[in-house]
Amino acid sequence: MELVEAIILAVLAASTPLLIAATGELVAERSGVLNLGVEGMMIVGAACGFAGAWLTGSIFIGALFGIVAGTMMSLIFALMALGLAVNQVATGLALTIFGVGLSGLIGARFVGERITPAVHLSIPGLTDIPLAGRVLFGEDAFVYVSVALVVGVWWFLYRTRAGLILRACGDNHVSAHALGYPVLRIRTFAVMFGGACAGLAGAYLPLAYTPFFIPGMTAGRGWIALALVVFSSWRPGRLVVGAYLFGTVTILQLHAQGWGVGIPSQFMSALPYLATIIVLVLLSRARSGGSTAPAALGTVFVPDR
Amino acid sequence: MQLVLEKRAERSNTIALVSPLIAIALTIVTMVILFAILGKNPLLALHAYFIAPLTDSYSLQEIAVKATPLVMIAIGLSLCYLANAWNIGAEGQFLIGAVAGSWFAVKTQGTDAGAWVLPAMLVLAAAAGALYALIPAICKVKFGASEILTSLMLVYVADLLLDYLVRGPWRDPHGFNFPTTAEFDPVATVPLLIEGGRLHLGSIIVLLVVAAAAILLARTIKGFEIRVVGAAPRAARFGGFNANQLIILTFAVSGALAGLAGIIEVAGPVGHLQPGISPGYGFTAIIVAFLGRLNPLGILIAGLFLALTFIGGEQAQIAMKIPLDVTKVFQGVLLFYVLACDSLILYRFKLVSSNQQVTRGVG
Amino acid sequence: MQAHQRMLDPTSKGLHSGESPLLQTAGLTKRYGDFLANDCIDIDIWPGEIHALLGENGAGKSTLVKAIYGLIQPSAGEIRWQGERLSGPSDARRRGIGMVFQHFSLFDNLTVAENVALGLDGKESFKHMSARLEQVSKLYGLPLDPRREVWQLSVGERQRIEIVRALMQDPKFLILDEPTAVLTPQEADQLFIVLERLKAEGRAILYISHKLEEVKRLCDTATILRGGRKIATCNPRLETAASLARMMVGGDIKEVKAASARKTTVPRLVVNDLSLAPGEAHGVRLEHISFELKGGEILGIAGVAGNGQDELFAALSGERLSKDPGTVVIEGIAAGHLSITQRRKLGAAFVPEERLGHGAAPRMKLSENALLTGHAASGMVHRGFIDTAATLKTVDSATERFDVRKAKRDPEAGSLSGGNLQKFIVGREILRKPAVLVVGQPTWGVDAGAAAVIRQALLDLATAGAAVLVTSQDLDELSEIANRIAVMFHGKLSAPLATSEASREKLGLLMGGSSLEPKEAAHAVGA
Repeated sequence: MELVEAIILAVLAASTPLLIAATGELVAERSGVLNLGVEGMMIVGAACGFAGAWLTGSIFIGALFGIVAGTMMSLIFALMALGLAVNQVATGLALTIFGVGLSGLIGARFVGERITPAVHLSIPGLTDIPLAGRVLFGEDAFVYVSVALVVGVWWFLYRTRAGLILRACGDNHVSAHALGYPVLRIRTFAVMFGGACAGLAGAYLPLAYTPFFIPGMTAGRGWIALALVVFSSWRPGRLVVGAYLFGTVTILQLHAQGWGVGIPSQFMSALPYLATIIVLVLLSRARSGGSTAPAALGTVFVPDR
Repeated sequence: MQLVLEKRAERSNTIALVSPLIAIALTIVTMVILFAILGKNPLLALHAYFIAPLTDSYSLQEIAVKATPLVMIAIGLSLCYLANAWNIGAEGQFLIGAVAGSWFAVKTQGTDAGAWVLPAMLVLAAAAGALYALIPAICKVKFGASEILTSLMLVYVADLLLDYLVRGPWRDPHGFNFPTTAEFDPVATVPLLIEGGRLHLGSIIVLLVVAAAAILLARTIKGFEIRVVGAAPRAARFGGFNANQLIILTFAVSGALAGLAGIIEVAGPVGHLQPGISPGYGFTAIIVAFLGRLNPLGILIAGLFLALTFIGGEQAQIAMKIPLDVTKVFQGVLLFYVLACDSLILYRFKLVSSNQQVTRGVG
Repeated sequence: MQAHQRMLDPTSKGLHSGESPLLQTAGLTKRYGDFLANDCIDIDIWPGEIHALLGENGAGKSTLVKAIYGLIQPSAGEIRWQGERLSGPSDARRRGIGMVFQHFSLFDNLTVAENVALGLDGKESFKHMSARLEQVSKLYGLPLDPRREVWQLSVGERQRIEIVRALMQDPKFLILDEPTAVLTPQEADQLFIVLERLKAEGRAILYISHKLEEVKRLCDTATILRGGRKIATCNPRLETAASLARMMVGGDIKEVKAASARKTTVPRLVVNDLSLAPGEAHGVRLEHISFELKGGEILGIAGVAGNGQDELFAALSGERLSKDPGTVVIEGIAAGHLSITQRRKLGAAFVPEERLGHGAAPRMKLSENALLTGHAASGMVHRGFIDTAATLKTVDSATERFDVRKAKRDPEAGSLSGGNLQKFIVGREILRKPAVLVVGQPTWGVDAGAAAVIRQALLDLATAGAAVLVTSQDLDELSEIANRIAVMFHGKLSAPLATSEASREKLGLLMGGSSLEPKEAAHAVGA
């Protein structure tokens, strides 16, 4: 029983950064912007988040640092891809390359330092319930925030007028512009939200997942978050399923390595990446009739004035 | 007042020529600021980065050696990008090429195999790189899976495979437990051009690749096909060109070139297979491709320039304790400026008064 | 131009004395770079009038209404609403200007209700809005199902959404941009009833069109634009179609001459029971299409946009293949399974409806665009290498023969005006002397001069013995050049009618999906 509980806790922990980053990216993509720079925003968020926590001793301020850093990174993207109408794929790649370098520069002096990781909730009585107690009532704040974030995004997209306008921009920016909506401004906000989420997701890694910073510690999670958005068919509900499934694969392969299954550890470590490819293939194949992607996704918009 | 973009009737050829120069100038200004923030003397740092490596023959050769894989990979990538196929997994194809070629070098090690070992390694590496690149290409064409994500995932897989091989089956028994193969035999090594120097045969090969790509793109119907599929996909289909076949072809070619670059690097400057054979060549080559404006000659120049920053970065680290990550930041910043300046080829800025903007609340 | 400025504005003082106009533009000017899209335009719109804005493609009509509606910012001049200067676009809309766009501003993947909500200010609840939507659509006889997604709807229904959306804002002034271009004649009649009713309610309407008969029938006033300038304001009912056309074009247009004796020869394009599932998510299924087209003949295919014309073009051109080779026969050879290049080698040529991005690559030079369709069969490629001289020669020949006007010898396709680019694209294909030419909307969005050149070229090609298939929404164009006309509806093709028998009414019924027989019987009884 304890092993099951431990695995579930580990899965939640491994899934949370994916869920947060993917939720942000989902909003950006719903507005019609494909920001491939999630990995770059996450890694800078991780470096700045750790720096913030290490300097102030506060996990909360560390998380804020991560959010601000991710948002600043996304603003560079918005300036390029929205302001200057640069190809979004190329800009996203540039953001990741830049972010990897920048995080190395920022994080260099923190390598080898440790902080006290984020505390877990503890409610006497509730948290002690066998199996479910720690899973439901014993998580760190990031886990609860990630769930609230997805629910909030679902409510925003489908239950508010602003969400409707955002989806409209992702469906047809020419029409949205013709109706007088400031497409580029709306998209900038969506991209900034994506950046804030990516920064928070990145900060989660050194603040809660492991209590120290290593360069390149996101290890492709930003890219996997992008794949999760595709997996979810741009729907928040399915995003949760995808993120937790993915966390499960990651944790099970780690445990399998620990159990000494006779497969080289490198092959087990490759599993999450291979799983991503397989999932992308299966999903894209199942949808061959028509894509559910926002119709304007990734296309350049320059309003006629 | 507010700056907005306005589409040009026709692309501006003047800006197309000067935009990389503007981008480099802006990058240098940014770097000066960054050096100042880091507390280093900007002028000395710039000298270490851009001038010092050009002053001695060893560094000059080293620049050509570093530029070789960058240009080779970037040429392949440029074909993909022109055709609107987004191969960003060149790093993985580079590693797989290195692995496949090394396999043969390891197998023939200590045997009296002749001069055909190296050519066989080159062919194997190119073939392996091409096959590895075909995975995302086929996933894209057959199933519609995003080639961006699949090609990138395969980078991590290739990295882990290489790691496994040099720590496991291929480890040099006399290597003090270091994760590396034994040094390759002389027949499995890329010959040097100058005895005792650094320049090797790979630099000649890359020049041939550049020339072939230049002719392909400017003069042949295949090159036209690549350009038109990327520039106007629907018109290309109307012209009778098959975008899917072209994705397969350009991925295969770029994978082959990346694989070739991988084995040339391993069998040349490195001399054995080990983790970390690439300081991110596959990703830096993306910058090279864009800085060279997806044009073969431009890529050659851009490759030399970025190689200079690698060498300069190393020298600046040794001489001034400037972190190596500064080079990566530099490369990222450069790519931003290149893309931004390129935007001005198609658009121009215009001032409009902001109170006349179309506005409507989002509430 | 002062000489042209006819001041026979019949609606001025007499009718409206004492009132001020609802909306006025004063010296309205819009400049794009060196190009003057609108040059100092003055227009007065009075309450309760239907005011036509007449002009050719490129005359500046769309620019003018976009400026009035606030989508673009004028370079000079001002717009006044009841004498007060409009401060900005949101101001314009708040005061009651509504607009129905030519290219609808709808969202395919959202529902009708969501689309309408996006056009309103959002001050009422979604529920209340939905109720009002049903009310308004019933009141004006414009039925809509608020829960359906837009991609499922026909073009006519989509226009209804736009109109209802505009009406729900209770506009005092409504702009309609070429509203009948996408409607059947019968649907257009229904629209006119709605517009008359709006006029009776005291609303003003600015009606943009280039269809003269329509304007004469519906409008009280007409302002004519040409080359970005106002040419005249007049009462269209007192003018003849010819006099209006002269003002629009600035002279007489060359009449298109059909060769008197066009001999039909052997069948060159035969389509046998062609059925094809849609290739795209929201596409149309082609069902059992058959026809035969002989040399020397022009077959016109009429129909409202989105009824399978694009899919038919793709199936005929080979952009989409069919499993059964016999469904498309070109020059006696089964070609249903052949690629577009192989079909070109058989002597077929194609001109798609969309110029930029389909018929031509906008950011590539004309010579490269000549190569685009000429690489297979025109000697432009030798052993894989491009013969640049040959591609340039095609550009020069097309320029000379079809009067393509451009700034330099070999500019980018996207820098040409619509008419000149279309002349180049049609010319590029005709220079190859095709046996079969399939053309989609040959003169869509093209000025009258270029349209005449293109129609004449098609007629000449048929006279020379080629088989020509023309899809068009413009019935006048089809009756001018086609020998027979068939109608596409929901992916099915009607039996062709001889042009002499194809009245607007008959075609209109077919375009709306009715079959002719019972109606004809009814007519017979009526007569």
